[in-house]
Amino acid sequence: MSAAAAKIDAPDLFGYVLRLGDLSLVLGQRLGEWVGHSPALEEDLGLANIALDMIGQARLLLSYAGEVEGRGRGEDEIAFLREHGEYLNAILVEQPNGDFGQTIVRQVLIDAFQLELYERMTRSADERLAAIAAKSVKEIRYHLRYSSGWLVRLGDGTTESHARVQAALESLWPYTVELFEEDDLDRAMADQGVAPRLSEVQAAWTRRLDEILAVATLQRPRDRPHAWHGKRGQHSEHLGYLLAEMQHLQRTYPGARW
Amino acid sequence: MEHNRQWPLYEVFIRARGGLDHKHVGSLHAADARMAIEHARDLYTRRQEGISIWVVPSKDITASDPAETDSLFEPARDKIYRHPTFYEIPDEVKTL
Repeated sequence: MSAAAAKIDAPDLFGYVLRLGDLSLVLGQRLGEWVGHSPALEEDLGLANIALDMIGQARLLLSYAGEVEGRGRGEDEIAFLREHGEYLNAILVEQPNGDFGQTIVRQVLIDAFQLELYERMTRSADERLAAIAAKSVKEIRYHLRYSSGWLVRLGDGTTESHARVQAALESLWPYTVELFEEDDLDRAMADQGVAPRLSEVQAAWTRRLDEILAVATLQRPRDRPHAWHGKRGQHSEHLGYLLAEMQHLQRTYPGARW
Repeated sequence: MEHNRQWPLYEVFIRARGGLDHKHVGSLHAADARMAIEHARDLYTRRQEGISIWVVPSKDITASDPAETDSLFEPARDKIYRHPTFYEIPDEVKTL
């Protein structure tokens, strides 16, 4: 651990890295549900590739979280053997896939968020997070290219496709508020130079999104108050079903390897 | 999969390393060239197979007629003198 990292509060860092790791883990699991069900074979592989990148990010982050925690938990134990309320992902990523358009809208919202976040985190005071961010940014740039490309096709496509993605945008938009809501943990991480200010990330995210939405001929919905706090472990019911499927194998055959 | 029938077919060529030729690796369906590049990236470069991709609409490729194979290719069969195999290679020449 670097000198700078040694000064960072460990329980805080553990919680923060879990937030990042769980975001990737849960979205990776969701995207994996498309395998065998995509509109075309080519999209099946496209979505699966993104899912695998997400799982890869989750592995790096959750392994690191285990080291920071210092209680000997590895990536598998953290990924598969926690309870519902211990997952700290924003609840946007646990929302069901819906139709292809809804999956694409969710993906654009998250890809743009991860891109603005991780581009800044390459300069983190925590060297490990800076390295993970540098690796992830390359993947995320491609994810956004893929998802925004599809959003433009669907938004600026037929009347039907336009209506569907605009509706998806309306229904998912309220969950984006949580991404940028700075709480004590976010503030502590920003103060210590571990993470960027969320207000700064939000400003850049909004600019980027507005450009994409304009090309896609979609309207940005207005922010609404919300009562969700996935980042603090308060989740929608959807996460329970996702975890049941994801954790089934590790819980039935503890320590299983293949 | 039904909509897939409306997407045209593209042929994919991958350059494995700098200095090598683009090689035909297969084909895929895509709505346009940009999507074809993305699909090619996802389908054919998952295992670091390449550093450059070309896609060509399959309809733009003119192929030789299999029925004409005899007249096109048979005549070259008995012209072995076209292969440079009758030269003495000096020992000093290592790679040729």
